[in-house]
Amino acid sequence: MPIFALKMLFGDSARFYGMLLGLAFSTLLISQQSAIFVGLMTRTFGFVTDTQQPDLWIADPVQRFLDDNKPLRSTSVQRIRSITGIEWAVPLYKGLLSVALPDGKRQMSQIIGVDDASLIGGPARMLEGSLTDLRKPDAIIVDIRASQREFRMTKPPGGGPPRDLRVGDTMELNDRRAEVVGICKATQTFQSQPVIYTTYNRAMGFAPRERRMVTMVLAGLSPGADVHRVKDTIREKTGLWAYTGDEFARKTVGYWMSETGIPINFGTAIVLGFFVGVAVAGQMFYNFVLDNLKYFGAMKAMGASRWTLLGMVCLQAATVAFLGFGIGIGSTCAFGLSLPEGRLAFRMVWQIPLIAAGAVTLICTASAALGMWRVLRLDPADVFKGA
Amino acid sequence: MDPVPTDAPLAVSARGVGKRYVTGDTTVVALRGADLEVHSGEMVMLVGPSGCGKTSFISIIAGLLSRDDGALEVLGQDPAKLSHEARTRWRLRNIGFVFQQFNLIPTLSIAENVAIPLILQGVDRVTACARAAEALREVGLGGREGSGPNLLSGGQQQRVAIARALVNEPRVLVCDEPTSALDGHTGLRVMELVAKMGRRPGRTAIIVSHDERIYHLADRIVHMDDGRVDRVEKPPPRVHHAAT
Repeated sequence: MPIFALKMLFGDSARFYGMLLGLAFSTLLISQQSAIFVGLMTRTFGFVTDTQQPDLWIADPVQRFLDDNKPLRSTSVQRIRSITGIEWAVPLYKGLLSVALPDGKRQMSQIIGVDDASLIGGPARMLEGSLTDLRKPDAIIVDIRASQREFRMTKPPGGGPPRDLRVGDTMELNDRRAEVVGICKATQTFQSQPVIYTTYNRAMGFAPRERRMVTMVLAGLSPGADVHRVKDTIREKTGLWAYTGDEFARKTVGYWMSETGIPINFGTAIVLGFFVGVAVAGQMFYNFVLDNLKYFGAMKAMGASRWTLLGMVCLQAATVAFLGFGIGIGSTCAFGLSLPEGRLAFRMVWQIPLIAAGAVTLICTASAALGMWRVLRLDPADVFKGA
Repeated sequence: MDPVPTDAPLAVSARGVGKRYVTGDTTVVALRGADLEVHSGEMVMLVGPSGCGKTSFISIIAGLLSRDDGALEVLGQDPAKLSHEARTRWRLRNIGFVFQQFNLIPTLSIAENVAIPLILQGVDRVTACARAAEALREVGLGGREGSGPNLLSGGQQQRVAIARALVNEPRVLVCDEPTSALDGHTGLRVMELVAKMGRRPGRTAIIVSHDERIYHLADRIVHMDDGRVDRVEKPPPRVHHAAT
């Protein structure tokens, strides 16, 4: 009977395509919105992802997320270095400064000042130039996206057509000269400001002078050191909080999840996607079973067992679910692949198809269960009577 | 009780069969001790006014409904004594159904519709469809195996339903108002087919009908009234009607 069950399903083409469309759209909404949400959340800790060298990120206890800068005293670095289990500790500056381009354009940008000696905290992927070029006078490294968008010059110095910022160009950071010595590729930040890397001491020169300038301390553990014990010691001796990269990323995501409306907005879209599936595909499948009830009843009268009939309904539901999910998740992936890189926060992780598949399974299982309940309750004598 | 027209073994023996339907506080008595004996090879028609219990009676005989009173044996078996699953299998092996509304699945070909009882019995699809094609030839629809039911006239659809009912060689054929959805002429042709195929050695046909024009095709006419068998008669001679 499986082939007949499928022929019954495919033969009712209007309803079959309606169910497919409903489930595909539901899957698309659920997976696409989830992927954008994950993409956005990933951007909130993009700098942590790019900076793999430190074992510990040490910050002020009241700092709630990565970009919530609460500067520390410069002596914090030395105090951290003195703690047992710490092999190295370097300062990091992270702040917003105004950048003036040669063509007169001004742009707020995120300046990251990394340790002058070790260059720890620098960009992981260099596209042009070298990280060590940061040791040259006035040197800065600019993110490729910024060089092509925010820093693209409409009137380049020396004339010529509009062009991207490139190595050798100069700009002003807070009225001080800076020269581009390299182009890197950094993970896009949540606020989408251009990212500029320089050394810590040079950043101190660019940034307005304040009493506390160290944004965070990055530290590496001695071989064999117990990370929990070191974190506790840092807390006891300095009053600062230390996080591993994963912890800091989770803390940052936790802030955006609990303190902003982003999860509610995306959650609403995802729930709507689910209900679209229920309303369109679920109801259509239930109606499909109801419309075929008299045939199921006739088969029951002829001697089809309950299990045969339930198997037919299950197969029909599973087929619709599988095809609808496939089309939906395929459309989401096509959508993601068709986007220019960095244009939209879109990140497909393996959990998203699993969640979408779960939602589609739930919709189809619920509607199939209702349909099966009707089939089980069906009295073949009613069909015989023509009821 | 009715005279037995033949020495053939009993296919159906019903004594004092009663059936009540309870809905909330209301109880409707459908059968009040119906008696009937039908022999193998015989074709009987159950006739009577609406609500007299014909369909309930035939449904109990076919193992679709359970009775509340009386005794029943169909092919030597009391269907009520079988479990649900065993009764389903018993129906599959022994009973062929012709429904009032055909109940052909529109998305399957007519051969596939006819093959359903065979496939339910475990016959493989290719063999089942081949036997279905043979059954369709017998009812005059050879060469149309691949057609959908919706492309056929009402009479042709009922022929398909008859082929489906008989394809697995059931020993009892039950038909409920098989001509009610057909015009008079087509109904007569369909019933002639039922009479031809239903009245074969070892097969018993019980037909519920209101259509007096087909009474002459039966071996006996069983009149029912108020939930009982009122009388049993020999069929009247054929009445010639103008085709409608």
